[in-house]
Amino acid sequence: MKVLVPIKRVIDYNVKARVKPDNTDVDLTNVKMAMNPFCEIAVEEAIRLKEAGTATEVIAVSIGDKACQEQLRTALALGADKAIHIQTDAKLESLHVAKLLAKLVDEHQPELVILGKQSIDSDNNQTGQMLAALTRRSQGTFASKMVIDGGKALVTREVDGGLQTLSLLLPAVVTTDLRLNEPRYASLPNIMKAKRKPLEVIEADTLGVNLTPRIELLKVEEPSKRQAGVIVDSVEELVSKLRNEAKVIS
Amino acid sequence: MSVLVVAEHENGQLKAETAKVINAALKVAEGVDVLVAGYNVDDVVQSAANIAGVTKVRVVDNALFEYQLAENTADLIVEIAGGYTHILASASTTGKNTLPRVAALLDVSQISEVIDVIDSETFKRPIYAGNAIATVKSNEAKKVITVRASAFESQSEQSACEVEILSLALDNTLSSFVSVEQTESERPELNVAPVVISGGRGMQNGENFALLNGIADKLGAAIGASRAAVDAGFVPNDMQVGQTGKIVAPDLYIAVGISGAIQHLAGMKDSKVIVAINKDPDAPVFQVADYGLVADLFDVLPELESAL
Ligand SMILES: Cc1cc2nc3c(=O)[nH]c(=O)nc-3n(C[C@H](O)[C@H](O)[C@H](O)COP(=O)(O)OP(=O)(O)OC[C@H]3O[C@@H](n4cnc5c(N)ncnc54)[C@H](O)[C@@H]3O)c2cc1C
Repeated sequence: MKVLVPIKRVIDYNVKARVKPDNTDVDLTNVKMAMNPFCEIAVEEAIRLKEAGTATEVIAVSIGDKACQEQLRTALALGADKAIHIQTDAKLESLHVAKLLAKLVDEHQPELVILGKQSIDSDNNQTGQMLAALTRRSQGTFASKMVIDGGKALVTREVDGGLQTLSLLLPAVVTTDLRLNEPRYASLPNIMKAKRKPLEVIEADTLGVNLTPRIELLKVEEPSKRQAGVIVDSVEELVSKLRNEAKVIS
Repeated sequence: MSVLVVAEHENGQLKAETAKVINAALKVAEGVDVLVAGYNVDDVVQSAANIAGVTKVRVVDNALFEYQLAENTADLIVEIAGGYTHILASASTTGKNTLPRVAALLDVSQISEVIDVIDSETFKRPIYAGNAIATVKSNEAKKVITVRASAFESQSEQSACEVEILSLALDNTLSSFVSVEQTESERPELNVAPVVISGGRGMQNGENFALLNGIADKLGAAIGASRAAVDAGFVPNDMQVGQTGKIVAPDLYIAVGISGAIQHLAGMKDSKVIVAINKDPDAPVFQVADYGLVADLFDVLPELESAL
């Protein structure tokens, strides 16, 4: 079974994004970047499938400028067999990304595509579902458990009311939630080995996908700031403030 | 403008967030249609027909839609999408699951987690864990949108509007339902509760979450948690508040033994009043709290319960 794992380079999750003074976007100059945490979980899941003998090949793919090859090398160091970089400097929407990925799915015919449920920059939570739609595949989003059995994937999903388990007909698209696994770290020897693993570069505009923006970003602003609060000395003072000052309890 | 709102429902009951999505939808049109797709949904249809601003409830009541799985639900929405300029759903796990599939099938770029409607094509949405608010304009002929319910008001009631029964039997050949583990709770739902009290890693274990029960009872509060508390297995996943969990904006949010990581704050910093109880005076949560209490939670929770 072939597994395709799309990954995204994003702001490191420990870094607080800052808005540019001219309000055109978020300022990412000299900001620490990393693999999106949900994508790390996707890579880990694919590698575990390979270690279990279920997957035969794990292909990592990333779409973006040259810098995202750094995250592809990380995926290779973690155990992916090969990497594909779809190169573009364009600012892409989830639909564009899904369309580009659909081209790769057509070409490589992976039985399983595992993606993060959302990227922590755009917070869209769309790409996996869109890819499933475009390739007419079953989808298992927000997965906290996955078992491959015969031609099916049994996926337990984190939903608002608890946990839901679905049986997906393969080929399928699965998106990861936080509890699916705990990603490993790449070891130094594996980081060295990753440098010799194949990394193919494909120009996005050769894939025949119209990448014209459909959504305009008009403005990016700071969220409204909260007023500085007070430290109270006792439970009694807290309750009195909540009752008489904030008036949120009776 | 003609707007379709996809109703959010579970166990035969309409979810309160639907009225909030309708509130958002009414900012682009004077009346909206609501789609109820499910099985044995009579009560859901009734409740939806009584929400002010709803012109027509369109109903597909069929066992094929019992679990509202994305594959055939998306096909269904696409089937009836023709007449609409806007299709909206709650940014719940159901909406997030289905709507991007609809958008892709319609060849539309979706706008997720809208918190403000400027006009029929311009919307505000948080990005980067809510550390920035983007104003975006969609150039699509059809807008496909998920709405962050906590950012909108609810709707008043009306006398029941027209109900249209649709017979659209679309099969799902790709996926099937196996089982569900539902978290049973008598408490209000997190995303609509007027008061939320959440526990973090500082709670130390699942049993200690019982310390929050008495307080929640007295305040009519929902109980939430940080990711750390969920990861550690103290409480179930559906209690996670944050960037990648549930987004809440109650009148009162009480964070207990929670440090205040960016990802947690993203889910609660729009609450009206925030209280933080933490033994570390430098915990970042105090930077967003209106009232901070630097104390050991095991000392002050029992005290708080009896003071209420
Ligand atoms: C991709 C990604 C997504 C994430 N999504 C979310 C999300 O949606 N929601 C979320 O919450 N987190 C999320 N996180 C995790 C987040 O970064 C933090 O790790 C998490 O919020 C920390 O939880 P905590 O505050 O309970 O634990 P800690 O940071 O360990 O804080 C525990 C706090 O308890 C206090 N404490 C301990 N004992 C006591 C006591 N006896 N009395 C009083 N105070 C005490 C400590 O002083 C400390 O401040 C995400 C992380 C990533 C990478």
